[in-house]
Amino acid sequence: MSMNAVGRPTRPVPGLTLAGTIPATLGGGRGLLQDEGLIFEREGWDSSGVDLPEPSRDAADLGDMVRKAPMRLPGLSEPEAMRHYVRLSQKNHAIDLALYPLGSCTMKHNPRLNEKMARLPGFADVHPLQPQSTVQGALGLMDQLAHWLMTLTGMSAVAMSPKAGAHGELCGLLAIRAAHEARGDARKRVLVPTSAHGTNPATAAFVGYEVEEIAQTADGRVDIADLAAKLGPDVAAIMVTNPNTCGLFERDVIEIAELVHAAGAYFYCDGANFNAIVGRVRPGDLGVDAMHINLHKTFSTPHGGGGPGSGPVVLSAALAPFAPTPFVVKRGEVYELVEYREGEAAQAFGRLCAFHGQMGMYVRALSYMLSHGADGLKQVAEDAVLNANYIKARLSGVMSAAFEGPCMHEALFDDHWLEGTGITTLDFAKAMIDEGFHPMTMYFPLVVHGAMLIEPTETESKAELDRFCDVLLLLAQAAKAGDAERFKGAPFHAPLRRLDETLAARKPRLRWRPELSVGVAAE
Amino acid sequence: MFFTKDHEWIKVDGDVATVGISAYAAEQLGDVVFVEVPDLGKVLTVGDSLAVVESVKAASDVYAPVSGEVIEANGDLAAAPETVNADPEGAGWFAKLKIADPGQIAGLMDRAAYDAFLASL
Repeated sequence: MSMNAVGRPTRPVPGLTLAGTIPATLGGGRGLLQDEGLIFEREGWDSSGVDLPEPSRDAADLGDMVRKAPMRLPGLSEPEAMRHYVRLSQKNHAIDLALYPLGSCTMKHNPRLNEKMARLPGFADVHPLQPQSTVQGALGLMDQLAHWLMTLTGMSAVAMSPKAGAHGELCGLLAIRAAHEARGDARKRVLVPTSAHGTNPATAAFVGYEVEEIAQTADGRVDIADLAAKLGPDVAAIMVTNPNTCGLFERDVIEIAELVHAAGAYFYCDGANFNAIVGRVRPGDLGVDAMHINLHKTFSTPHGGGGPGSGPVVLSAALAPFAPTPFVVKRGEVYELVEYREGEAAQAFGRLCAFHGQMGMYVRALSYMLSHGADGLKQVAEDAVLNANYIKARLSGVMSAAFEGPCMHEALFDDHWLEGTGITTLDFAKAMIDEGFHPMTMYFPLVVHGAMLIEPTETESKAELDRFCDVLLLLAQAAKAGDAERFKGAPFHAPLRRLDETLAARKPRLRWRPELSVGVAAE
Repeated sequence: MFFTKDHEWIKVDGDVATVGISAYAAEQLGDVVFVEVPDLGKVLTVGDSLAVVESVKAASDVYAPVSGEVIEANGDLAAAPETVNADPEGAGWFAKLKIADPGQIAGLMDRAAYDAFLASL
């Protein structure tokens, strides 16, 4: 054995590889990762990381209000709190760890430059109630971002305040309803293709419309004949995603717009897939009347945990008078927030949110736009489409593409190729976890059986796309070779094994209670 | 028992129609986790949404195969949605309708026609 001066072995012991016989650990941790329970399950309820001063008044002054039982809030010191959340985060997947191929989600890299800009105190530390004279830079940024969004989409106005994509849909449909009502022409129905995001019919129903589905053609697009048959004087709007959720461009989009407008309805476009066409196509030129833009997709602001969402809605000239307040205008050299509108729009819409929207997301999105420039954004769309087509081309020999021909920004496969293996889309996705890759979007869109929707985005290199495709091809070959065990039991290597989604949905446990925690929490 | 292209079934007894979803539909949906049945007295036109069935994969509308008034709804499904998977064409029924137009039944498929329709999918 080779030994260094302090007697420390510096090489593995020959023959001691333990392959196939890895012992379970004694304490529950694994490879420097500690088993982490809920924060409520920690010992030391009464401790606190903060030294609070003794109350200056006697508790007796509270009379009947004195608390009779402990609050049962977990008490943690700063390092304990830090470790708890970092340990939990280690069990999560994140775009900063690896490719995140969720179709229709556009999980692109969040550039660090955006974060640096968003943390500038002039943006990070402003308050929505500050006098406008003290936040001219922030208002100027909102105005500049609005200008970029209108320019990129070819639209007349933009409502900046919606807090997410679905909130943007609500904003757009409220504007459409207001426009119809202002004409004294309240309408009843909204048409939605079968491949739509679930939020589209949900939004229409929430606004009070009846939802009617439009059929899809065999090549995955809106069935124009079915649309024409369903249009009528009581149709308020159509909601179409373009490119659609099958990753295909609606090539009849102009005809769709003309049919919709001829019926006196408005064309709402779900902008979730704008990343595929940004810089290349202006939705305004296609006849779109309203479209939300998910800043966390196309414009690289973080999804979820990175901060609140933001889904500005661009509006056509016909709908611009019905935009919600507030919005920024520039008078001379001064930016002003318009908080109230005159005329019919004053009653029609009003405000969508308490304040002006998500400043931090605005800064990140504009930072992304300015760092890419107009030509760079065009290349974003081109590279996103190229990457998806590369994946589609590499996997199509083994997996079955749902539709023939090139795709846009996402490659859609069905489960036809798994027939006879006993392996489902879900099993395949779980096996991907074992291989180090987050699964693609599964079972969506609903119109494709066992759908697997892969969106790599433009931020993956060819080397990373190859690594991903290599692993998927190996898995696909294993599936076809009859290695069903690898799939049916997966994931084997995740912190928790396969979870019972059905039980979770049928009997959800929505509230933590101490009597339930023993022996259950880690299951 | 008669079937629709949208995979509802209907069992006719006099002027009462019991409605549910076919075994094929239940299998395609996967584990059903939630069912919303209609209120008593609701008057439905053929093709109207009669119930909502939600599985771990998706939520789907169940359409009225014929027009009629809801005279009974299967309240047991709220607590036991798994019945739809276990016995889709029996205990997993959704609602009973008082048939408004018996002529509509002629437009539905019988078991053999439905099986042929499934084979064509």
